[in-house]
Amino acid sequence: MTDLGVRRPTLLGGVGESAARPDGIAKTTGEFEFLGDMSADGMLWGATRRAYVPHARIVGLDVTPALAMRGVHAVLTFDDVPGHRYQGQHVTDQPVLAEGVIRHWGEAVAVVAADDPETARRAAAAITLELEELEPLTDLEEALERGEVYRHVRVRRGDPEARGEVVVEGTYETGMQDPAPLGNEAGLALPDGAGGVDIWGPTQWTHVDHRQLSACLGLQPEAVRVHPCRIGGAFGAREDLSLQTHIGMLALRTGRPVKMVYDRSESFAGHVKRHRSQMRYRHEADRDGNLVRVTARLLLDGGAYELTSAAVVANSSYFAVGAYDCPNVEVDGYVLRTNDPPTGAMRGFGANQPCFAAEAQMDRLAAQLGMDPLELRLRNALEQGGHLATTGQLIEHPLPTREVIRSLAAIPLPEPNDSDDPRLLPGGTGLTTPRSGVVRGVGYAVGFKNLQFSEAFDDYAEARVELTPDGAVVHTAAIEVGQGLVTILEQIVRSTLNMTHVRVAFDHTGRIGSAGSTSASRQTQMAGGAALEAARRVRDEALERAGGDELDEAGVWRDGRLLASLEELCAGAAIEHHVRYRHPATEEPDENGQGALHVDFCVAAHRAVVDVDVDLGMLRVVEIAIAQDVGKALNPQQLHGQIEGGIAQGMGQAIMEEVVLDRGVVRNPTFMDYLLPTSLDMPPVEAVLVEEPSPWGPYGAKGMAELPTVSATPAVAAAIRAATGRPLDRVPVRPQGIVGLQ
Amino acid sequence: MIITLTVNGQPRTAEIAGWESLLWVLRERLGLPGAKDACLQGECGSCSVVLDGELVCSCLVMAADAEGARVTTAEGLGTIEQPHPVQQAFVDHGAVQCGYCTPGLVVAVAHLLERHPDASDDDLREALSGNLCRCTGYGSVLRAVAALRKEQA
Amino acid sequence: MQILRPRDLDGALDALAAHPDASLLAGGTDLMVEVNLEHRRPETVIALRRVGELAEWRDGFIGATVTYARMERERLPALAELARTVGSPQIRAAGTLGGNLGTASPAGDALPFLAALDAQVVLASAEGRRRLPWDEFLLGPGHTALRPGELVLGVELPDTVPARQAFAKIGVRQAMVIATVNCCVVRHDDGATRVAMGAVGPTVLRAREAEALVAGVAEPSPQLLDEFQRLVSKEVQPITDHRSTAEYRRHAAGVLARRTLERCLHR
Repeated sequence: MTDLGVRRPTLLGGVGESAARPDGIAKTTGEFEFLGDMSADGMLWGATRRAYVPHARIVGLDVTPALAMRGVHAVLTFDDVPGHRYQGQHVTDQPVLAEGVIRHWGEAVAVVAADDPETARRAAAAITLELEELEPLTDLEEALERGEVYRHVRVRRGDPEARGEVVVEGTYETGMQDPAPLGNEAGLALPDGAGGVDIWGPTQWTHVDHRQLSACLGLQPEAVRVHPCRIGGAFGAREDLSLQTHIGMLALRTGRPVKMVYDRSESFAGHVKRHRSQMRYRHEADRDGNLVRVTARLLLDGGAYELTSAAVVANSSYFAVGAYDCPNVEVDGYVLRTNDPPTGAMRGFGANQPCFAAEAQMDRLAAQLGMDPLELRLRNALEQGGHLATTGQLIEHPLPTREVIRSLAAIPLPEPNDSDDPRLLPGGTGLTTPRSGVVRGVGYAVGFKNLQFSEAFDDYAEARVELTPDGAVVHTAAIEVGQGLVTILEQIVRSTLNMTHVRVAFDHTGRIGSAGSTSASRQTQMAGGAALEAARRVRDEALERAGGDELDEAGVWRDGRLLASLEELCAGAAIEHHVRYRHPATEEPDENGQGALHVDFCVAAHRAVVDVDVDLGMLRVVEIAIAQDVGKALNPQQLHGQIEGGIAQGMGQAIMEEVVLDRGVVRNPTFMDYLLPTSLDMPPVEAVLVEEPSPWGPYGAKGMAELPTVSATPAVAAAIRAATGRPLDRVPVRPQGIVGLQ
Repeated sequence: MIITLTVNGQPRTAEIAGWESLLWVLRERLGLPGAKDACLQGECGSCSVVLDGELVCSCLVMAADAEGARVTTAEGLGTIEQPHPVQQAFVDHGAVQCGYCTPGLVVAVAHLLERHPDASDDDLREALSGNLCRCTGYGSVLRAVAALRKEQA
Repeated sequence: MQILRPRDLDGALDALAAHPDASLLAGGTDLMVEVNLEHRRPETVIALRRVGELAEWRDGFIGATVTYARMERERLPALAELARTVGSPQIRAAGTLGGNLGTASPAGDALPFLAALDAQVVLASAEGRRRLPWDEFLLGPGHTALRPGELVLGVELPDTVPARQAFAKIGVRQAMVIATVNCCVVRHDDGATRVAMGAVGPTVLRAREAEALVAGVAEPSPQLLDEFQRLVSKEVQPITDHRSTAEYRRHAAGVLARRTLERCLHR
């Protein structure tokens, strides 16, 4: 067919545009079906019995009172786990249900399925549980002494005898932060009638859930299908299983669909948190401010089960120095077993804690040297061609450290506040603070982190792109948690196929291979990389089949003439390509923690401006500015969204967010007392995107969504230090700390 | 017990158990899952609805006490086919990420703009301070509202 | 569960007489939290929002179901200031003065205002009415003098409510936060000064020594204010909990009271 009358369609929503997310409107109208909105015919409701003590021996567990209740269909405990009885993303050491011992506050002991949620909860409460409380281990130094170490990362680089003339030392602490996604855990398990089960649960990686679930449920892999979920945020909280195994067990036992929904307090008990930390640092520099040596000892609270802690402490240790050159480094990072709630992934994945400490050290060093803090950072900036201070790895790809610092410094400072509007003052409408009592502080921090998985992990993502008469469909198991991967995949494939009508199909584990985790800033490059490669192959095959040289929405063209429409192209054998995409390989560390352990890196610089009421300890964050390395901006609007949202979480950790632990007991498992920043707390953000294309990311893009959180925390803390002159070596900074009380 | 109320302009009847919140009745009895259940104690705003002209947390309204009330939820503002201008603006300005807070925020913004079309940015921040968002940091929400104000001006 | 929805005060009192242990429901901001979290499963609920008498606000009397949203719009400066700090706009549209009294939280934001004004709490039952001074009504955390069969009708303010009054509240977030310390200062025309502090004791308390120190002093000197601040810090009885420390609360109470006094005197 040749048709000279067909007009060339215009591509809309390609790479570089601020394309709108395809699921956006449905999310505004309530029509988007989240996990907790799902239901099935004949569905039962599940509930969990938990023990809210940090450490105890179970001396009595009797489920008969619950089973005797009308409307109760199953009550299951550790002994009922049909397969492997432990789960965990990296290390499977968490009992599916408590195995005779309670090792942390809120540990799950038994699960119930009943006709309605009220009955299920009452039945769970009716289970007789007798506990003999044991002494909890919650002191990190004590855990270290007792050898309760999940992993020790030992880094030795350079000359152990090297010394600098100028020395600063400090000890730092960060509190336990909760990812606190707005959507609580919810899930549905649907027996397939043939002994298998379909599971929808809160996840960031269905295939790793699938591996654990088929093992724990005692089923062949093909009998379990883990579905991508529609989820109310993640931030790391969904990397480890929460309720999936429980609803799977209940569905298999009862032969009926089982739904379970956590409330907020149970959510605090049911998902992993950011490791609290204690860090000891010594920085040595020469008189010109060149770093000569950094020594650090990091203690991370791994909580009661290991889960992903080994990878978290690796990140903390390898990014212990920050984005700086330093020839001599000694780091000992330990992640410890305690009776605190299990910790795991949260946005930044171990890079946040040392960033808080090391950036404070850089400020102290600058003060000691009488040097501008940004000048000190520029002087030591690590860039392409340098070597990672800890592991010695050559930085092969662009790393615009100086550019982000200079771009940040070029953003004008906000005007002084001359308003008496209480909303613009510390304390807000509480009217605590007259304008005359306010001191303004400015603080800086540089954030630095790896992208993708490291340490020789076989990190890949699959995608399949299919040409249809109406456009293209991208199949993936990657999880959209709200970050906007769905939009990015559409944009990449649109630009590659030169067609607007692209749709993403999120497939379950039975339909496509793993896309890896939606974490580690990885999906834009990994799922995106796979989709890009698959789309290129689709384009090449379409052109080859029709003998043309251009493809678009209308079909294949040559010399301005349409050779074949999409319909005609698709009439024969399907044009679809499936790709398993890997990033360049990484190495395992040697005995000194040396090696090319990471595939790539990302850098950002933050500046925080904070108004502080130094007599009362109240504060207001006035503005946060950031310059961020993004490789290439595929969707500027989404990038700003990630930056602002990430900053809110980093600022939260700096000034208000902490899981308050009292010898292993969580004292604030509600939104009344675990405080998230509100619209009155979050300041305007000034953001500059620094584009130095990645040589291997799709269209030059880099993952970026963790760094806005990582260095926001130390920047805000630095600004408060600048205003108060106090050391403030712990976050969150509390009013009592600002006024110099404990 | 049975209650009758007007939801999104439609008379609705629901058989409810005692103690149930309006949120539960909307979600589980009336098939309107737009209002969300992120905290159940009035600390997040994800369940925000307009009840007899006031913006409230539907989790804190005892359904049995809502007999005869008029309720507007996110579903009542617009649909995928015909979104409300606030809903469209949220999408256009990137104010939707995970979306869990979104229906409540959309209801709160629409309610505010109806009553105070000239609200300043600081007024808006105060008016929305009961609607927690964990994803966006609120900047895109403010930009969406600023654009709406401009359109209406 | 049964719910009774009386349409007037007599109906409410009759219902309460028939069900003296019933839970009273107005804004729901406290009761429904307990119900949602299954800490409470009342057998009988008496819903009060249709009772017009309880929503009355006239000279010297504020009805129990007056909401914070309404207090924010009305003309008593400290009451408007405190109302603006309560919860979120959604909570303020629902939550009521009577609820704050009934819940009797040490951190209740309306309570320092009532204490500073020496308000009387008016209680009603089918038997009749009685009045209790605020400090005889508020007995401890979550504990009041309310008897079975009785409800809070409202509060009576003194005959003259001075225009010089101010409220302030410390919380570790700019909105939607429970007070770490709150404070209300009232200055009468005769120079009498009342200083009420919340979240620093089992119930709201008055810093009477500090009050006496500044009574009648038109323009307190910095030295006098220092002493005032010291006395307030001395008189409060704070504890350490997951929200703050006793030490900080003691310090902050003094600073906050001093600043609130200064603001009050300049009204």
